[in-house]
Amino acid sequence: MDRVILIKYGELTTKKGNRKFFINTLYQNIQKKLKKLPVKISRDISRMYIHFRDEDLETILASINQIFGIHTYQVAYQVETDISKIQSTCLLALDGIHGSFKVETKRSEKSFPIPSTEFSRQLGGFILKRRSDLTVDVHHPDTTLCVEILKDYTYVYSKVYYGLGGYPVGTQPRALLMLSGGIDSPVAGYLALKRGVRLDAVYFEALPHTSLEARNKVISLTQKLCQYTDHIRLYIVPFTKIQEEIYKHCDKDYGITIMRRMMYRIMERLAKKHKALAIVNGESIGQVASQTLTSMQVINSVTNMPVIRPVACLDKLEIIDIAKKIDTYDISILPYEDCCTIFVPKHPVIHPRIEECLKNEANFEYEKLIDEVVEQVFTILVNADEKVENESFDSLL
Amino acid sequence: MVYLDYSATTPVNEEVLTSFSKVCLNFPGNANSLHRLGAESKKLMDASTKQVAELLHVKESEVIFTSGASEANNLALQGVIRKYPNRGKHIITTKLEHSSVLECISYLEKCGYIIDYVPLLDSGLIDFDAFKQMVTKDTVLVSICHVNSELGICQDVDKIGQFLTDFPTTIFHVDGTQAVGKIPVSLKYVDLYSFSAHKFFGLKGIGCLIKKNNIELEPLIFGGKSQSNYRSGTPALPLIVSCSKALRLMLTDFEEKYRHVEKLSQLLKKELAKIDGVILNSGENTIPHIVNISVPKIKPETMLHALEEKDIYISTKTACSKDSGASLPLVALGKDSLISNHSLRVSISYLTTEEEILYFVHSLKECIQKLNL
Repeated sequence: MDRVILIKYGELTTKKGNRKFFINTLYQNIQKKLKKLPVKISRDISRMYIHFRDEDLETILASINQIFGIHTYQVAYQVETDISKIQSTCLLALDGIHGSFKVETKRSEKSFPIPSTEFSRQLGGFILKRRSDLTVDVHHPDTTLCVEILKDYTYVYSKVYYGLGGYPVGTQPRALLMLSGGIDSPVAGYLALKRGVRLDAVYFEALPHTSLEARNKVISLTQKLCQYTDHIRLYIVPFTKIQEEIYKHCDKDYGITIMRRMMYRIMERLAKKHKALAIVNGESIGQVASQTLTSMQVINSVTNMPVIRPVACLDKLEIIDIAKKIDTYDISILPYEDCCTIFVPKHPVIHPRIEECLKNEANFEYEKLIDEVVEQVFTILVNADEKVENESFDSLL
Repeated sequence: MVYLDYSATTPVNEEVLTSFSKVCLNFPGNANSLHRLGAESKKLMDASTKQVAELLHVKESEVIFTSGASEANNLALQGVIRKYPNRGKHIITTKLEHSSVLECISYLEKCGYIIDYVPLLDSGLIDFDAFKQMVTKDTVLVSICHVNSELGICQDVDKIGQFLTDFPTTIFHVDGTQAVGKIPVSLKYVDLYSFSAHKFFGLKGIGCLIKKNNIELEPLIFGGKSQSNYRSGTPALPLIVSCSKALRLMLTDFEEKYRHVEKLSQLLKKELAKIDGVILNSGENTIPHIVNISVPKIKPETMLHALEEKDIYISTKTACSKDSGASLPLVALGKDSLISNHSLRVSISYLTTEEEILYFVHSLKECIQKLNL
């Protein structure tokens, strides 16, 4: 019996005029994600169909769970629209299922002779005669057997899976993610991707205060995010000199505030250079001194660019839950120093004032430094495919 | 040399040894050091762990490297008992277990735990109906070996594990030492699974405990995070890599290797059946790699040494229990003392050849005739 994965779009269908664009993007994303498998993907206005080999099902479902823009999906039996064939398929779909059930028919092909409710009733009766262990419960069934009748084919399934939701990646322009190596920023990146944003990432590096391992950790995190998009450019910013200058010339308490302001300035420059329209970061209101509302306001004031903070209103534990779900948590808690944890003052200012910032920043020529740094930024192209990194181990393992 | 004691241990695969020595020389860093050398070692360790996890279809965080299966068994049994002291005082096991399980359990018996041994059917499989009756809410641990080392009896681990899913506080440990690398292994319903690399052409001194993430263990060796939180000590990177490699190599062309062993095993059993005075103890539910026989009229050790003179190496019972006495599994199966006191184990691998089997059978016949004065 032919089985097919039905993909339902959910929020995409509200897009009216742009619907085609959203669906096309989703189609391309699914195609890219499944390119290594011999699948046939087709689509219409309300759903996509993936025809597959049985042995690939598990791999395909795992991949589908990493694609944004899918509301629900089902593994359905595909059968010709013929009453006796539909009947026998219903029995097949209920194999191994016990308890109560109901049949729900959707008849988008109105030339089918029997109305939906009537057909559901008939099918229920047919099943009950052959499966004495089942009972009917139309209000709270254990299993809802869905029968979707289309012109040529009918689809029968008993289980609905929820996809990730959101919009297909690529339906929004590009944004730049500030990726530190901590727990919050990868989650912020994931949530931005969820809304369809194309993403590249920026890592501020302070060698030798931070190590190459810290960079590798960020690369690993980027790789995890790549599971939800095809690739991410990781821009590495050599930030050592600016940090040292801040340490030399500014009030210790203002060190972090000034550092963040410098980062935002560099982010804006990079965003313009790489045609990104927004900055995304993992700031969460009140989590640390530089993330109080006052700090955010003072730091944010160096740029007009929208700064998206997807985890701004989440508790740390909620962020950790997502980090665990997307598999970044274990990487994030590796012990390497990052540029935000070095030069930390004992009492960073919680309510910084803009005038103080300006006064401090006048103590050194940061604009020249920023020009230099932006020149020195280099790019690593990161893919989800991990092979690259472990190549040298292949002969050992 | 005709080596027919592969279930005691295997000769190391040369490729495994090459990896071992390369890692010894080229990865000097401690995987827990923060510098570059340490990070390189850590990366290699993670890649090795990942490979083991993938080959066994578990998560990376579920792989704990140990010094071998005995340690893995001890860590599993003592670890959960100490972690969950309030879950109940009842432990279920069988008489088919390796001594590292049985002695660990008799220690727990001394600590006040009640031990039940599942009765065995004539086939050697556990009496599943009796087992179902035994499990109660008070059962904290069930430990059953996947493949028995003396007779090769293979238990239906999936069926047992599936049944135990109805008892969420009962932890299911399986000693897979004689199973990994020999038969397909599914860890879907298992909580803890032990094995050792030297049984599949790896090195001695490295093994694994697979521990599913939903259960916890109290370590046997304290000392902070190492390769895992459950077993301290500087990660033995060369051994870890060698274990991962040995497993990968063993599982390459696995079906072909299995068919080879199966064919030779059938030949061996057919030829043994023709010899007067030889009783075949390995029946239907045994894996082809292990063929257990009894030669009632001749002392097993005498037999072993007589074969040794012909450069053939087999075991009496298992290498780990060579002190004199009857074979526990055979006694548990109700065999009379003539059979249980005179058992010999022949174990073969994909390296065994038909000539070796025929030479062994021929020599066995000669020895029996010569010794049967």
